[in-house]
Amino acid sequence: MNAFADAFRYLNDPLVWTRSGGVLDLLVQHLRISALAVLLAAVLAVPAGVLLGRSGRGAGAVVVLSNVSRAVPTLALLTVLAVTPLGFSETGTVLALAVFAVPPMLTNTFVGFREVDRDVREAARAMGMSRGQLLTRVELPLALPLVMTGVRTAAVQVVATATLAALVGGGGLGRIINLGFGQQDYGQILAGALLVAALALLTELLLVLASAVLTPGPRRRTLRRAPAAHTGTPEPTASGVPL
Amino acid sequence: MLAADEASNPWFDASYVTGNWDTIVVHLRQHVTLTVGAVLLGVLLALPLALLARRVRPLAGPVLGLSSVVYTIPSLAMFAFLAPFTGPLSATTVLVGLTLYTLVILVRNFLAGLQGVPDDVREAARGMGYGSARLFWQVDLPLALPAFMAGLRIATVSTVALVTVGVITGNGGLGQLIVGGFNANFYRAEIVTGAVGCVLLALVADVLLAGLERLLTPWTRAVA
Repeated sequence: MNAFADAFRYLNDPLVWTRSGGVLDLLVQHLRISALAVLLAAVLAVPAGVLLGRSGRGAGAVVVLSNVSRAVPTLALLTVLAVTPLGFSETGTVLALAVFAVPPMLTNTFVGFREVDRDVREAARAMGMSRGQLLTRVELPLALPLVMTGVRTAAVQVVATATLAALVGGGGLGRIINLGFGQQDYGQILAGALLVAALALLTELLLVLASAVLTPGPRRRTLRRAPAAHTGTPEPTASGVPL
Repeated sequence: MLAADEASNPWFDASYVTGNWDTIVVHLRQHVTLTVGAVLLGVLLALPLALLARRVRPLAGPVLGLSSVVYTIPSLAMFAFLAPFTGPLSATTVLVGLTLYTLVILVRNFLAGLQGVPDDVREAARGMGYGSARLFWQVDLPLALPAFMAGLRIATVSTVALVTVGVITGNGGLGQLIVGGFNANFYRAEIVTGAVGCVLLALVADVLLAGLERLLTPWTRAVA
């Protein structure tokens, strides 16, 4: 296929990478927008998830939120925020992406903390742990795998959907694809697709590794025992939604 | 100083909706066609795959692993990957891309539903002389139906949202209004009409599928 040769030629040109507004600049912008969006969402969603999960209340609201967020196109919110006074600034993109990063993190944190075994909690209290100790030394380690799943899902989603900002004048790697379509340049279209897909897959991979490292105790082995998870159970989370 | 006041640019304008009704309907029709097409194709492909993955257990791992890789590919990149083959300005590009996404959601849920059918029940049915077709229609399908329908609802709702990204090929259904309004000097009424239309369409589809599920599984209501 000729397009692959063109894509290779495009990616093999150092100037394409290093010129101002080139791949490297767009990549840095893409990562900056994504990191800010994930951070902003995490600051809101994780504490809320911890509070709700520990009290066990608000399950209905969490489910409704994640279902409704699925029905709202990311492109719609990106566009709507772009025509507010925020305009073309990166702030609008960051805000829109953060909104969609909240549900996966909230849902997973909520489930993680709610599912901590009641007996374990009581045993910890009986051993004289304070509420703070209970949170940091019992509940958090037990809930961490799910919390990390939420962060991972949200981060991959943000990195993936940040490409859509290019459709409405925003920056990031999506711009390469958008320009390629505008010029009917198959090589550039494919090159952009490769870059964007590689970035999303790399994010996923890095965060899988990070959560394996962060997760204490024997649960760490779940990474190596991955096939055991292949029982076909759908994840109880807002993940599993295309981006 | 400007000679004239800036033109008003309201967030919602009923006269936009009435004045451009024909255009809206054209895009709405495309949105529905793409969604229904992608979900139907997804079902047709996912069912055999899920049945195969249940029968040949070693296949389940690769099938699910591949499906999570497909999830991770951003929609814009997916359409971009397909564009050189199916045409950068063709609705086929969007349809194929969306089908791939629905396929992976559906395979996952179909497989979960099928694996949830207790082996005892299947063996009892086989002992009673059920052939494999009858076993599927009268045992597997009814028992797996709630999981099937859950997958169908997730796939449909997320497809409705994803069609908007098809705007990159000029076939984005209501997404055409969203980006069209943006390009028409940030015409808010058009943008909001497209966005609200998408959300309403997703909700209507979800309610319809929920109703269908109730109709198909009358026994789940017998308890109440």
